[in-house]
Amino acid sequence: MLIRGKVWKFGDDIDTDVIIPARYLVTIDPAELAKHVMEDIDPSFAGKVQPGDIIVAGKNFGCGSSREHAPMAIKGAGVAAVVAESYARIFFRNAINIGLPVIEAADAAREAENGDILEIDTDEGYVLNTRTGKSYPTARYDAYIQDIIDAGGLMEAVTRRVQARRGEQQVS
Amino acid sequence: MGQTMTEKILSRAAGRRVRPGEIAEVAVDLVMTNDITAPLSIREFKKTGLERVFDPSKVVFVPDHFVPAKDIKAAEQAKVMREFALEQGAVYFEVGRAGIEHVVLPENGLTLPGQVIIGADSHTCTYGAFNAFATGMGSTDIAAAMALGTTWVRVPPTIKLVYHGTLPEGIGGKDLILYTIGQIGVDGALYSVMEFTGPVIDALDMDSRIAMANMAIEAGAKTGIFACDDRTREWLARVADRPYEPVDSDPDAEYAKVIEFDVSNLKPLVALPHLPSNVYPADEVGDLPIDQVVIGSCTNGRISDLREVAKILKGRQVHPNVRCIIIPGSQEVAKQATKEGLADIFLEAGAVFSTSTCGPCLGGYMGILAKGERCVSTTNRNFRGRMGHREAEIILAGPQVAAASAVLGRVASPAALN
Repeated sequence: MLIRGKVWKFGDDIDTDVIIPARYLVTIDPAELAKHVMEDIDPSFAGKVQPGDIIVAGKNFGCGSSREHAPMAIKGAGVAAVVAESYARIFFRNAINIGLPVIEAADAAREAENGDILEIDTDEGYVLNTRTGKSYPTARYDAYIQDIIDAGGLMEAVTRRVQARRGEQQVS
Repeated sequence: MGQTMTEKILSRAAGRRVRPGEIAEVAVDLVMTNDITAPLSIREFKKTGLERVFDPSKVVFVPDHFVPAKDIKAAEQAKVMREFALEQGAVYFEVGRAGIEHVVLPENGLTLPGQVIIGADSHTCTYGAFNAFATGMGSTDIAAAMALGTTWVRVPPTIKLVYHGTLPEGIGGKDLILYTIGQIGVDGALYSVMEFTGPVIDALDMDSRIAMANMAIEAGAKTGIFACDDRTREWLARVADRPYEPVDSDPDAEYAKVIEFDVSNLKPLVALPHLPSNVYPADEVGDLPIDQVVIGSCTNGRISDLREVAKILKGRQVHPNVRCIIIPGSQEVAKQATKEGLADIFLEAGAVFSTSTCGPCLGGYMGILAKGERCVSTTNRNFRGRMGHREAEIILAGPQVAAASAVLGRVASPAALN
């Protein structure tokens, strides 16, 4: 997958409470959640971010609660990908499960600035900063995780397994 | 090469010997969600076309975050969960007979040594206090586990934390875990397991161990875990009627890191805004006047916490400028606190004593902060905006510091009362 978008830069330890405050967790509608994305760190963000933009952040992005509403709000706002130095593990899983591309690229994240254009190629495995011309290699996902991505998300992968199991039962 | 207790639990659940770093599919013993995370799990579960969850006796639903319902939308989310739980014949705990998930599940003997437990709540790591592998996940992961009875984990490396010395009087599990997070940072155990060991841990009561395991996530850990000892077995003997299989780490187990602490001189601690790692002794933060105190939550809402608070509030008054909100972790805790006369002490002191809920901890309701307000809280997160306005301040502390601060109207340790 090739993603090209404008950078919105954030710092370290961006927690899920600032990504989507709990007062808005009374819905599972991504469009509704997107209205409040990043509200407690930048109240104007939801009004500025455009479909296709990229969030870039420091260490431990998405720390805190297990709320899947956090990647849903980001994806719902049209953000094409997140590039960070590192991720909190629950956020990382949640993003993969719902099909929000999350790329771990420490140097690319550190050296990117607000407004830069990044080009991300998840197949070739690189992040390119078009302002500096610098390209950063990215590691491939584990095969298990790549299978979830290729299926289009975790529930799509699970549904295939459930259907395959049913098929086996019918044959036997 | 031997194995850590975590590697043993995951090997057993995977049906093969697993090593740190590899991805394993493991059978789950318990799958849990709450009123915020369940609606999404249920919607995703239904996508599979399955009509029944893999085993209703292993699927648990606890309304606790926004209940008793704070508004119509919260009521509707709780209703979606209640109807699905009853239709499935799953384990369900209703308002007035339950409380906060991480208090209720252990009280009901559902969290046992050697188990694999996953929950759509990041503080699911609490059950590591009982020698289980327990970790939080998102709603979709929980939906997959409800369908399959399995989940995938990357087998985590283990960091061994060894606590030496003798814990001073009045210092509890909350101080120990705040100290630890202050030392290693909010990503100090990222993706790893924190194994809590040493003579101080051996001597520590279960409620303190629970408070420590609860906040392992605040150091980025996948979970925290303790060995199963006589204290664990004694605690479980009161609530669990099922056999269980504890695990212990081998003497030659491999650790990613071993960190040793001497905690003989530990002081009552607080974490200042806006990270749990921003830790200082309560008596060394200067004069910080406060507007509110919250005592409760899955971290410090147990009966032993309330007993410590009552010792301090007995015969004293909450400071005129402070709202002190005391929330028992469960109906059982509330009943016990009433029976022991603790509720009377709280009410006489001018505190609120409410029904059980997560409420204010995550800025749901029952104690939301206005712009510029400051709160001392026994909860687990002091992120910006967590308890209300983004320009409010949350200061984390144990129950004794919270109670002393409520009386004095500023951040203070119990020593400042004399």
